Amino acid sequence: MQPIVTNALTKKFGSFIATNAITFEVKQGEIFGFLGANGAGKTTAMRMLCGLLRPSSGTAKVAGYDVYTQADKVKQNIGYMSQRFSLYEDLKVKENIRFYGGIYGLRNGEIKEKTERLLQKLGMEAEADQLVSALPLGWKQKLAFSVAILHDPSIVFLDEPTGGVDPVTRRQFWDLIYEAANRGVTVFVTTHYMDEAEYCDRVSIMVDGRIQALDTPRQLKAQFGAESMDDVFLQLARGK
Amino acid sequence: MRQFFVFARKEFYHIFRDRRTLLILFGMPIVQVIIFGFAITNEIKNADIAVLDQSKDHYSARLIQKLTAGSYFRIDRNLQTPKTIEAAFREGRIKMAVVIPPRFGQDFFHLRKAQVQLLADAGDPNTATTLVNYARAIIGNYQQELNGPAALPLTINTTVRMQYNPALKSVFLFVPGVMTLILLLVSAMMTSITIAREKELGTMEILLVSPLPPHLIVMGKVVPYIVLSFINALVILAMGVWIFGMPVKGSVVLLLAECVLFVLTSLGLGILISTVTDKQQTAMMASMMGLLMPTVLLSGFIFPVESMPKPLQWLSNIMPAKWFIIILKDIMLKGSGLREVWPQTLLLTGMTIFFIVLSIRKFKIRLS
Repeated sequence: MQPIVTNALTKKFGSFIATNAITFEVKQGEIFGFLGANGAGKTTAMRMLCGLLRPSSGTAKVAGYDVYTQADKVKQNIGYMSQRFSLYEDLKVKENIRFYGGIYGLRNGEIKEKTERLLQKLGMEAEADQLVSALPLGWKQKLAFSVAILHDPSIVFLDEPTGGVDPVTRRQFWDLIYEAANRGVTVFVTTHYMDEAEYCDRVSIMVDGRIQALDTPRQLKAQFGAESMDDVFLQLARGK
Repeated sequence: MRQFFVFARKEFYHIFRDRRTLLILFGMPIVQVIIFGFAITNEIKNADIAVLDQSKDHYSARLIQKLTAGSYFRIDRNLQTPKTIEAAFREGRIKMAVVIPPRFGQDFFHLRKAQVQLLADAGDPNTATTLVNYARAIIGNYQQELNGPAALPLTINTTVRMQYNPALKSVFLFVPGVMTLILLLVSAMMTSITIAREKELGTMEILLVSPLPPHLIVMGKVVPYIVLSFINALVILAMGVWIFGMPVKGSVVLLLAECVLFVLTSLGLGILISTVTDKQQTAMMASMMGLLMPTVLLSGFIFPVESMPKPLQWLSNIMPAKWFIIILKDIMLKGSGLREVWPQTLLLTGMTIFFIVLSIRKFKIRLS
């Protein structure tokens, strides 16, 4: 069973077609890059997959559940981190972890254990009782990602997770993503940064609501005769 | 249920870590009660009055003497004819005129009924009511004194005329008004701001992606404010009673139950506002302009509803605050029970259900 399967998934807002019959599959443990210019329909597609938005037509299954009829099941099985911070700045690191664990229905013992492991992994034991607002940006993002997969979802959706941070921090963030993927977590990530696109197993590029290209970064570059993903993207976005 | 407690605890962290929120929650009620309490003070000292004594007998003289014995009233002038009353008022020095009709003493003992007329300048409705109440109390004392221990059923009737503003009925007593305002402020404004804040910061998205059902999100946000509003209601009541001597003649339990009802109404409004706005600023402005202003102006808190133009009177009927103030006043001042205030309570309940159902439905629509 593939973690994400869509068929002609479409969302219309009035006469505007935000997402036009997109069809794709994402494999288990894959890092799937979802690229596109602003307004290309990325966010709409992602919101439909997360059960936040009801599709106009087409089908989609996430973690084996239908997004129309089993949105609750979908939500239980996915993690989500948005471009804006998912953490409460006026809560302590520990309190944030406890809150998210709690709303996903984890038991207290479980949360405690996971909190310890998580803080140790991020090397943030000393900051456990600090307010999130006091942390540097890169740490917040790593923490947000760790919190998003606290309840061991089979898929995690990342909506432009690395906006506004320097390349070194971005690289560190991607180490976390790789690690999760190695454990079998499927990663669905939207991004603006083309260097990040290179890190993905496969990449889809959306233009005007449609998926115009979908393959591994290497194949895409070969297909478009391009040096880098940047070139591929520009060729597609400009329209030939 | 566990999810709910986790959520509510988070909400309390937000509240107790934000100084501005704390200030609005706990500083404002106290300051408001004190400001309103002392600004609209009931103390009257040496108010100038005019006296028209047409009886000029022993009893009327003693009545006048009684009136001026305390430090409440001071006779500015003695009038000779009823026609001069109007002129005296126009001069603006006197606040009240006492008219004792001819044969006052005789009527009292023979007809067992005597008349005294009090005319007050109700251009300032508060002072007018207070003056009249003082004068009535003094006349009542005098009557008992005349009756003596035998308690003969002899009465002095005071007839009151409020000059310039006959519709004095809803002159406010500030405690019910302030209580209404604060509950509305805390419940409606604070909840709409706190929900808007989650949207502004982007955390709402995370909550919506989580398996938390929407009604649990709303409840988790709202219940802490219900608790705090209730505490506020208690504080205001206590201050009203102990600092300003506000009576609570009716059942305190009923009073508090009505407070909870009004808190729910306000919360419904707050959630409704938060469904149409994504910014804390907008939520605040919407609560201020859309709720607080109309409430202050139209609920009868400051301006008597009866003296408004008809369209505004009609409009005031859709203010939940108007009905709540009536309920509060009836319970506190008249000692009414549920048997008397059920129509207003029913109306308020209806509004509450309407707002809450509407807001939860709107909240759901926002998700798709």
